[in-house]
Amino acid sequence: MTEAISADGIRKRYGDVQAVDGVSLSVATGEFYGILGPNGAGKTTTLEILEGIREPDEGRVELLGLAPWPRNTALLPRIGVQFQASAFFVKLTARETIRTFASFYGIGPKRADAMLERVGLTDSAGVLTDKMSGGQAQRLSIACALVHDPELVFLDEPTPGLDPQARRNLWDLLRDINAEGRTVVLTTHYLDEAEVLCDRVSVMDHGKVLKTGTPAALVREIDDTVRVGVESGQLTAARARELFAAAGAEITGLEDDGATLSLSTRLPAPVLSVLAEQNALRGLEVRGATLEDVFLQLTGREYRA
Amino acid sequence: MSTTSTPVRRPESGSESAGTERVSAFAGLTRVMLLGFVRDRGALFFVLLMPLMFLLMFGALFKNTGAPHVKVAEVGQVRVLDSVQGDGRAELEKVLTISRADDEKSALEKLRKGDLDGVLSEGADGTVNLRYSATDQVKAGSVQGIVNSLVQDANQAASGKAPVFTLVPSQVEDESLKPIQYLTPGLLGWAIATGAVYGASFTLVSWRKKRVLRRLRLAPVSPGTVVGARVAVSLAIALAQTAIFLAVATTPFFGLKLTGNWWLVVPLVLCATIAFMSIGLVTGAAAKSEEAANGINQMIILPMSFLGGAFIPLDGAPGWLTTVSHFLPLRYLVTSAQAVLSRGGGVMDVLPSMGGLLAFSAVMCAIAWRFFNWDDA
Ligand SMILES: Nc1ncnc2c1ncn2[C@@H]1O[C@H](COP(=O)(O)OP(=O)(O)OP(=O)(O)O)[C@@H](O)[C@H]1O
Ligand SMILES: [Mg+2]
Repeated sequence: MTEAISADGIRKRYGDVQAVDGVSLSVATGEFYGILGPNGAGKTTTLEILEGIREPDEGRVELLGLAPWPRNTALLPRIGVQFQASAFFVKLTARETIRTFASFYGIGPKRADAMLERVGLTDSAGVLTDKMSGGQAQRLSIACALVHDPELVFLDEPTPGLDPQARRNLWDLLRDINAEGRTVVLTTHYLDEAEVLCDRVSVMDHGKVLKTGTPAALVREIDDTVRVGVESGQLTAARARELFAAAGAEITGLEDDGATLSLSTRLPAPVLSVLAEQNALRGLEVRGATLEDVFLQLTGREYRA
Repeated sequence: MSTTSTPVRRPESGSESAGTERVSAFAGLTRVMLLGFVRDRGALFFVLLMPLMFLLMFGALFKNTGAPHVKVAEVGQVRVLDSVQGDGRAELEKVLTISRADDEKSALEKLRKGDLDGVLSEGADGTVNLRYSATDQVKAGSVQGIVNSLVQDANQAASGKAPVFTLVPSQVEDESLKPIQYLTPGLLGWAIATGAVYGASFTLVSWRKKRVLRRLRLAPVSPGTVVGARVAVSLAIALAQTAIFLAVATTPFFGLKLTGNWWLVVPLVLCATIAFMSIGLVTGAAAKSEEAANGINQMIILPMSFLGGAFIPLDGAPGWLTTVSHFLPLRYLVTSAQAVLSRGGGVMDVLPSMGGLLAFSAVMCAIAWRFFNWDDA
């Protein structure tokens, strides 16, 4: 597989802030790649350097085999970019906006309108962009990034502000464009999004990539504790402890908050059989580690959506 | 939602496709800027409506000023008046309306009321009696001066000798400007300056703030195409302003008479628009917000309009002002437009100005380039 993006040791400093501190990454053609990280981790700055709108202090970047900095007009039609904050012309409707962006690539109004339809904005095509809802603006912004059929797509937090339905639709769209052979790089705060969409993710904080891998591998790598919960009132915490000890089921934590009796264990089978014997399975929930746990462990920070 | 799997399109890198893309991008940008202008009520007001209102207001207000025209009544026969015939009579009637009155009493009554400015009668021994009212000092002065010169001429003619001294009269009305003759180019210059400075400066500031510039930078659009589209739109707006102003000023009510090479105002306006846009580029590159740009632009346009002769003619201005005005691009537009629109000026009245305006633009663009930034950060 050829590389769509290769970055080596990129650094960027703003005054006292080292926004990007030696990031290296490589994205294969056709890959769906995610960058995760808390606020201020340096995700946007990294993307800007990859896209070629910011010059890195240090490091080397190649997109599709070409250097994005200084501005490279041979490269531009092959990449599509959606900014974290929308960038629209003033006093234009959604349809006029996407047609204008399309015109920059010599693309006619028909294909622009089709793209608008693809993100479900046909009904709001006549709305001025500054009157659009956050979610509509977000979708328009993505449509504008995709209107010229780019091979490589950068999306900086495409889904905040979308309702669940619109979010699912957008996921479908992103999966489709990836299935068509396009490489997609996305930053997000939503770990479920990364888990569902991305082939590989990098977890970033303080300008550094902490870990890269497939979501499944990252989850497997961390302590694989399973959390089990049942409704309170079926079994007291003390009795449960006795029973687990008698059955030889090792548990690492046990707590009853009045609503849920929750416990964690590395060996869920004996625990579950004890609960079944006691007929205490009402409201049973079993949850393995998720990216959220990975995120927490790597960044040491509470996950904030 | 489409699920067909199309192979990713490789952009063709032929020069032909680059050409059509450039045309399409130019058309797209031009449309964006025109729509932005037409849908911005504030811009429409300041660029078109307000200057036009000023023209209507001042045009109507100053319509009857200029060289004072006086009305006299002739009681009985007054030879100094009657002896002036032919061309001389026509010239005389430009400044003097002569009516006949049979009855001296009623004529004097009209004089008191202000309906007349003078009453003329001739005495037995050749005295010419002029009665006037001192209510209107200007007219009192004019009527005395005119009648006095008539008497002098008649005496001189009666002596039968060639005149020893000849006064070369210079016709007041034709040399000094009628109000509409300086109001039209002046207010038009102000309107064009406002439109072009704001157009360039606002596009730059708001596109930078709204991250549109940064987005454009990621599209295969050359800076030349963006600038070209902005220049084309501003030129179109300036020509529309010119057409509207000339249409209004040449109505019979305002009575501006266009002379021979008036169309030279078109290339002149185009050059001036580019010069004003270059000012807007500098303020737009330097200002961080629309509000700041607004303030800076106003601080440039208003003084430039006053000192450049847009509101008051520079003809009688003190020397220092004339000196200052030579550094202001608006002055070249206003004075050259005055010359070609209604005073019979020709190519040589506009060419040097056009050259100067373009040179000014080049300097300003170089300055703007140094300040220019794609991004806020
Ligand atoms: N233009 C700039 N000027 C100065 N500092 C900046 C600039 N852009 C970003 N920073 C700083 O660099 C650091 C990284 O910012 P960046 O926008 O890359 O983070 P991010 O991971 O995208 O955050 P978020 O999740 O909030 O979007 C932050 O501390 C930020 O304050
Ligand atoms: Mg960001």
